[in-house]
Amino acid sequence: MSKYIPVRLGKISFLLEKRSLVLFVSLFVLMAILIVISLGLGQMKISPLNVVRSILGIGTEMEQLVVLSFRMPRILMAAIAGIGLALSGAILQGIIRNPLASPDIIGITGGAAFTTVGFLAWFSDRSNTLTVSISWLPLASLSGAIIMGLLVYFLAWNKQGITPIRLVLIGVGLSATVQALTTMTMLLGPIFTASRANIWITGSVNGTNWSEVVTVIPWMMVSILILFIFTRRLNIQELGEELATNAGGLVQKDRFVLLLLSTALAGGAVAFAGGIGFVGLMAPHMARKLVGSAFGVLLPVSGLIGGIIVLLADLIARTAFAPLEVPAGVLTSAIGAPYFIYLLYQSGKK
Amino acid sequence: MIKSSWTKWIGLIIGVLLIIVFMWASVILGLTKISTQMVFDSFYQFDGSNEHIIIQDTRIPRALIAGAVGASLAIAGAIMQGLTNNPLASPSVFGVNAGASFLVVVGISFFGITSLGTLKWLAFLGALITVVIVYVLGSLGRDGITPIKLTLAGAAIAALFSSLTQGVLTLNEQALDQVLFWLAGSVQGRELELLTSVFPYFLTGWLCAIIIGRQMNVLSMGDDVAKGLGQRTLLVRIFGAVLVILLAGGAVAVAGPIGFIGIVIPHIARWLVGIDYRWIIPYSGVLGALLLLFADIGARYIIMPSEVPVGVMTAFIGTPFFIYIARRGINE
Repeated sequence: MSKYIPVRLGKISFLLEKRSLVLFVSLFVLMAILIVISLGLGQMKISPLNVVRSILGIGTEMEQLVVLSFRMPRILMAAIAGIGLALSGAILQGIIRNPLASPDIIGITGGAAFTTVGFLAWFSDRSNTLTVSISWLPLASLSGAIIMGLLVYFLAWNKQGITPIRLVLIGVGLSATVQALTTMTMLLGPIFTASRANIWITGSVNGTNWSEVVTVIPWMMVSILILFIFTRRLNIQELGEELATNAGGLVQKDRFVLLLLSTALAGGAVAFAGGIGFVGLMAPHMARKLVGSAFGVLLPVSGLIGGIIVLLADLIARTAFAPLEVPAGVLTSAIGAPYFIYLLYQSGKK
Repeated sequence: MIKSSWTKWIGLIIGVLLIIVFMWASVILGLTKISTQMVFDSFYQFDGSNEHIIIQDTRIPRALIAGAVGASLAIAGAIMQGLTNNPLASPSVFGVNAGASFLVVVGISFFGITSLGTLKWLAFLGALITVVIVYVLGSLGRDGITPIKLTLAGAAIAALFSSLTQGVLTLNEQALDQVLFWLAGSVQGRELELLTSVFPYFLTGWLCAIIIGRQMNVLSMGDDVAKGLGQRTLLVRIFGAVLVILLAGGAVAVAGPIGFIGIVIPHIARWLVGIDYRWIIPYSGVLGALLLLFADIGARYIIMPSEVPVGVMTAFIGTPFFIYIARRGINE
């Protein structure tokens, strides 16, 4: 029996490794279990069985209200944001060919943070109420992410196209610049705006509602679908400039599309969930340890791991310190970052 | 480029004179107009008027702090660029500023520490931790230290510490109000004791940096050559790292994380005096002091009557430079 299952869908074809398939399915199940548990925990505890009943629409009215209207949106958003950030990170690590690249580091998240804070500061009046609807906020964040992504791309561009190292350097530099701008905007606004902005920057899915979830899902679905088509190109990108060209890849064009995809995914995630740190860095890295570096399996696995990380972080953030609500981003950084350093250290010693 | 050694000396002297001019400008310019006569009067015939208090308590400390911090950051950047052979190395890009500020913020918001002496040590400790982590992360793998690995490791650690700092601040809103201006990098409203308590470390850092210029010249030819010439490269690197910790950690303790000076200034210095670190380091010090003084004066005028944090000013000035250097590329 072969270890692989070939899949052909017209122009798209790939090999499915059975082991990875099993892993993928088990991660998926793990994520589903985590969602159910998370739905049941909080100020009002609901048993997993009753959670499932509520989802199916046969629970008590009270439980259904808590599960479906209060907890479900934020939990789904946590999972979606985690998936988006992890995929974005995986793409960047493929283009830049370095496991330390991520949307936070090349400034995509920073760009979104700046426009978000700007939005909060400039559209607030003296009594700290927004003069425009808060539902424009995600659009502000998303446009910040995309403008930043494009800016990094074009500044890193010269006659020969872009090289990974220039992409990193320009990204690092620009993210320091927008960070300075963000701090300045926070300073000039009232302290109320500053603390609100700070929570956004740290990343939190608190207070997500259904309409936000419904807005973000199509955006993510379309990006993921295009990414699926480009998976093979991403594999080629990882070979490096010369080999990729020899392998017949349109290296520069692909790089642009992939960078745009990465920006769209990260932008969509941070638009609603804020700058949850280190997921884009950590998840692909963990996935790589599990399934190796072929993007056909790496991408879905990192996506799931990213979702699981943010789900867990959010679960701990809203239950462990109750009644205090900690932004999920604090946990992803505080727990994730040391673990990540340890991972890097381990993998580097070999 | 300045070739002969005596013109380099003249250049340095002009630089020092310019620092004095800039400091004088820093004292008299601003929202409250002050004449030179008033400055002298405030020393010899202090009469307790608003102007005299402003001169003594605000303007003079500010000018001195801007000069000292600017020089320290620039020298720290020059040392880092020399030790790592990476034109983008600097305290801000490699996360040293972020690490030092993280520990300071933790100290202020969790333990309520306000004493300058303790915060200074926290800043040094933060810088030390960062330098060690970045160096270890950057040197992992078969190919050893490469500029791109080191830059990414630094950027990752910088991102880590700044997100942790933000996390701490979301838990403590009061601290946010307190440290936000400090966190943007600012030399305004600092007391002179802050400078005097770290000045010995600054001075040690400056002098030792000039002394190890020779070793850095050798090291910048590459590890193999340096070892072949009989240099104990590890020792030089450790010594250099200690200087970076003193200078950058001290600068953060006094003024908060101010970016871009450490990266831009050494390049200008190199463009002026060539690749000899014995000259690059003093020139970096002088130019760094000038840049921060200039940025601080500018910061007062942009949105008068309030002020832009000087860290934002240096970011504005530094970004085009940074992009230029990054575009010109570094050896992978």
